[in-house]
Amino acid sequence: MKELFSFFTDYSFIQNAIIAGLLSSIACGISGTFVVVKKISYLSGGIAHAIVGGLGIAYFLGINPLYGALAFSIVSALLIGTVKLKLKQNEDTLISALWAVGMSIGLIFAYLTPGYNVNLLSYLFGNILLVSSESIYLMLVLDIFISAIVIILYKQFIYVCFDEEYAYLRGIKVELIYILLLIMISLTIVVLVQSVGLVLVIALLTLPSSIARMFSNTIWKMILISIILIQIFTFAGFAFSFSTNLPSGASIILAAGLGYLLSFFIQSFLRRNTIK
Amino acid sequence: MNPVIKLENVSFAYNTNYILENINLNVEQNDFLGIIGPNGGGKTTLLKLIMGFIKPDKGKVEVFGKSSGKSNSRIGYVPQFNQTDKQFPIKAFDVVTMGLGHSKSFLPWNKKSDFGKVTEAMDFVSITDIADNTFGELSGGQQQRCLIARALVSNPGILILDEPTASVDSTVEVDIYKLLKKLNNDMTILLVSHDVGFISSYINKIACVNKEISVHGRDEISFDKISHEAYHGDFSMIQHKCNL
Ligand SMILES: Nc1ncnc2c1ncn2[C@@H]1O[C@H](COP(=O)(O)OP(=O)(O)OP(=O)(O)O)[C@@H](O)[C@H]1O
Ligand SMILES: [Mg+2]
Repeated sequence: MKELFSFFTDYSFIQNAIIAGLLSSIACGISGTFVVVKKISYLSGGIAHAIVGGLGIAYFLGINPLYGALAFSIVSALLIGTVKLKLKQNEDTLISALWAVGMSIGLIFAYLTPGYNVNLLSYLFGNILLVSSESIYLMLVLDIFISAIVIILYKQFIYVCFDEEYAYLRGIKVELIYILLLIMISLTIVVLVQSVGLVLVIALLTLPSSIARMFSNTIWKMILISIILIQIFTFAGFAFSFSTNLPSGASIILAAGLGYLLSFFIQSFLRRNTIK
Repeated sequence: MNPVIKLENVSFAYNTNYILENINLNVEQNDFLGIIGPNGGGKTTLLKLIMGFIKPDKGKVEVFGKSSGKSNSRIGYVPQFNQTDKQFPIKAFDVVTMGLGHSKSFLPWNKKSDFGKVTEAMDFVSITDIADNTFGELSGGQQQRCLIARALVSNPGILILDEPTASVDSTVEVDIYKLLKKLNNDMTILLVSHDVGFISSYINKIACVNKEISVHGRDEISFDKISHEAYHGDFSMIQHKCNL
């Protein structure tokens, strides 16, 4: 026991990884729930990949990559939101364009950056063991911010996701709420791409919340179950990667994927055993 | 008295062709307006114009003396198709509560007074026993009743129903029309239906919508005949007037 304790305190990077896992689960569980019920996982994927453009430009200009990512994610959220709401167009094509163009911009600027030695691809899978203390503070701020938004706008978010037309009839500012929702999701992606990588963020946004939906009859239950599942997957994947020396990001995603498969069996098992 | 709903020379096109052209319509307080017309005639479009979901290309739409969309808090609406996601985690009770939502609905908790109103509305359409069930897992008819309760819960001045009985069984259908008749004492009602024979004893005005509109009052068509035969008599007469 004592050994285990000193193990954690001695290796501050493990401490950081655990805290990062816990903190990211909150933002991811909340945003993921809305990504799943509003069926915008493709859109979230688009935003996540567009961010790479911001990262590339930021490296080229020698500024903090976070600012580049933030700018790109918010611009893409606004762009997609406006196209969907104002032009009543299907946003699919625009998302695909943002996705590809964002990544291309990122790669080109990374290539042009003098003395370039940052591997943009490391943003794909990230490394939870390399999370900086700065990132941890950022996650904490994000968690507080997102939790506050969701508690205050809980009903309006649900109404807009469930039935936009009736929400409009009730005088809810549907466009504003939708764009706020997209911005909330974008912020989650930006902060977590930095620490855990792009692929992991998308997996953690969609897989746990899809499982949670099977076992929930309210949004807040779905959020809570998502958060717990993300923590389980993160630590299972993390423990696996640590003991086998395999990459952490990929291990966590595998754990989430396995959990997703497993949940179908659990669901049908539960159903069979509760039939009266 | 000023009409509750007033459309003046309204034309509307989704793309390049007018779906509705030169519509004039006055709905008075406590009217029970039946709206009929062929598929694609523009009935749903007319309702959407009244609620300001879409804006007219020509003419103006006023509800309670204000331009469309501004008085929506006083409208209850039952859409034609329930397009909500079956897997959405929401209880029937919370769907009905949505009918009380507004732009200052902050925090997740319900007010005590809202609880009472929602329970009362659910009781009105006899679905209190399924209040805690997941909305998506209810039968089509139960969902429909839930949506009717959602439209009623705010005690609106205008109730707009777009084929509300399409998925309910026929006994419920009669119940719903009786219920509407009762509500009509203090609400203006707009009802889209294909079942003209059925509604003719409840309504006092009928609008035939097929790109253009023609409105007939009670004096033009005798609605008071009670026998089933008479409904069919009215039916064919209305069909004739609407060129159906
Ligand atoms: N969102 C839309 N975009 C383009 N055209 C539309 C749209 N909605 C309806 N239309 C067209 O407008 C016309 C009128 O449609 P509307 O839904 O008002 O008909 P309706 O009278 O309600 O028909 P039904 O009896 O089938 O419900 C139809 O020709 C339809 O194709
Ligand atoms: Mg229609």
